[in-house]
Amino acid sequence: MSLYQDVIIAGFGGQGVMLIGNLLAYAGMEHGLNVTYIPVYGPEMRGGTANCTVVVSDDAIGSPIIRSPKSLIIMNRPSLDKFQPQLIDGGVLVVNSSLVDPALADASRVRLVPVAANEIADSLGNTRMANMVALGAYVEATGVLPLSAVEDSLGHVIAKHYSHLIPKNAEALRAGAAAVGKA
Amino acid sequence: MSAKRIFIKGNEAIAQGALDAGCRCYFGYPITPQNDIPEMLSSAMPAAGGEFVQAESEVASANMLLGAAACGVRAMTTSSSPGVSLMQEAISYMAGSELPGVIVNMNRGGPGLGDIGSSQGDYYQSVKGGGHGDYRTLVLAPASCQECYDLTFEAFDLAFKYRNPVLLLGDAIVGQMKEPVTPRPALPLDPEAGADWKLTGRGERAPRILKSLFLDDGALAGQNLHLQQKYRSMQAEVRYEAFETADAELIVVAFGSIGRIAKSTVRSLRAQGFKVGLFRPITLFPFPEAELRALAGQGKRFLTIEHNLGQMVDDVRLAVRGLTDSDFFGFLPGNMPTPEDFDAPIRAAVKGA
Repeated sequence: MSLYQDVIIAGFGGQGVMLIGNLLAYAGMEHGLNVTYIPVYGPEMRGGTANCTVVVSDDAIGSPIIRSPKSLIIMNRPSLDKFQPQLIDGGVLVVNSSLVDPALADASRVRLVPVAANEIADSLGNTRMANMVALGAYVEATGVLPLSAVEDSLGHVIAKHYSHLIPKNAEALRAGAAAVGKA
Repeated sequence: MSAKRIFIKGNEAIAQGALDAGCRCYFGYPITPQNDIPEMLSSAMPAAGGEFVQAESEVASANMLLGAAACGVRAMTTSSSPGVSLMQEAISYMAGSELPGVIVNMNRGGPGLGDIGSSQGDYYQSVKGGGHGDYRTLVLAPASCQECYDLTFEAFDLAFKYRNPVLLLGDAIVGQMKEPVTPRPALPLDPEAGADWKLTGRGERAPRILKSLFLDDGALAGQNLHLQQKYRSMQAEVRYEAFETADAELIVVAFGSIGRIAKSTVRSLRAQGFKVGLFRPITLFPFPEAELRALAGQGKRFLTIEHNLGQMVDDVRLAVRGLTDSDFFGFLPGNMPTPEDFDAPIRAAVKGA
């Protein structure tokens, strides 16, 4: 069975959805896989959701743009409203339960993975790492890559002058992974 | 695995491909969605010992390209649709004067200012001339970041081989997406390139003139015949990707980003038992006419899919004329195409037998 996974990562501007999309794709490349990353711009740029799509596969990748994703990382409420209907039946729905009521997820149709990303990031010292917590949960829930591959790639997507934050971000990834199934 | 893969945008892959191919002059004027190219080259080009000029307009950058080309330098300009329209006069002059240069168009929506999203509305402009006069440019259409790199790299060789402008036609999708790219070893600069025509300061040699004006009796006819012969010889450069075409009953013809998106649809329909394939022209001029005609000769049917309302389909129909026809599906600019968008049109074309 060949490996194929695609995900739309969505939130509001400033939550770092593009950063974790880059991180996931970079880690996939370093893991020897084919990857695509595309930021999807549209009218929603202003005030609504920012989102990107990542595809990871051991085969050549066709479309980098996905309408019916196999998985989602949802960081805020408008993103849930926009993308949940597009998620395939049985798809993985990682929801930032700090900002989105998990009861809004259609748990009978999709595989819900709630993670209190903001609270967990807070407890580690910085709310802004909520994106890393969510990505950690996503990697754990899907098994798309080893978490260590993602941790090892942090240095390549975080700007040099923030490199002192890498250990904390790795901690946030692990905390997100550990939170899966506990919420 | 050979060389280390780097993770970059299609736009950045174009900039890197140009640098590694020995491009040492860049001229450009900002426009979305290709600004990553000048942004990167504004520092990387001087660092490589080359010249980066932000021109006052696209008219200026294209004419600077002409000037650099006349000196035998590997040079490039990049823009997006409205900016490329402004360059057409210089491109025609370059074709007429037989000057090598690379022009990149990261196609955005049109006509006019259109939008900053993806489109293939500039196929006619790219392939059928764009400027005035009976000329052609080689036109290369990348569908991946690796192809952005490779085709830009090779565009300089092609430009010098044929002493002709080479146009790279990408779009907002392939420009903005990121993929792993395997770079090639940088080419050493060839001091002999263009040695028999470039302007270097006369010194002791006979004077040279590079021009597109031919007023003597019969001179322009001769020049046009010469150019046409050259354009015909470019057939040797035809490139395409054929995916699952061997036993296909219906072949989807699509180029660039749309080609790779349609590939996902074709894969999915294959898995459901449909005998469909994909033919993706990589050179739009020369167009892979003989290859399409051969497939038509085997009784296959065609559906051309474009991110416009029907331009390349003309060339597909010309290629298969007398044997069969091509259906057409146009995905409108202003929207992001997904594999699902092509599912119903392909199914309908399969049924249309």
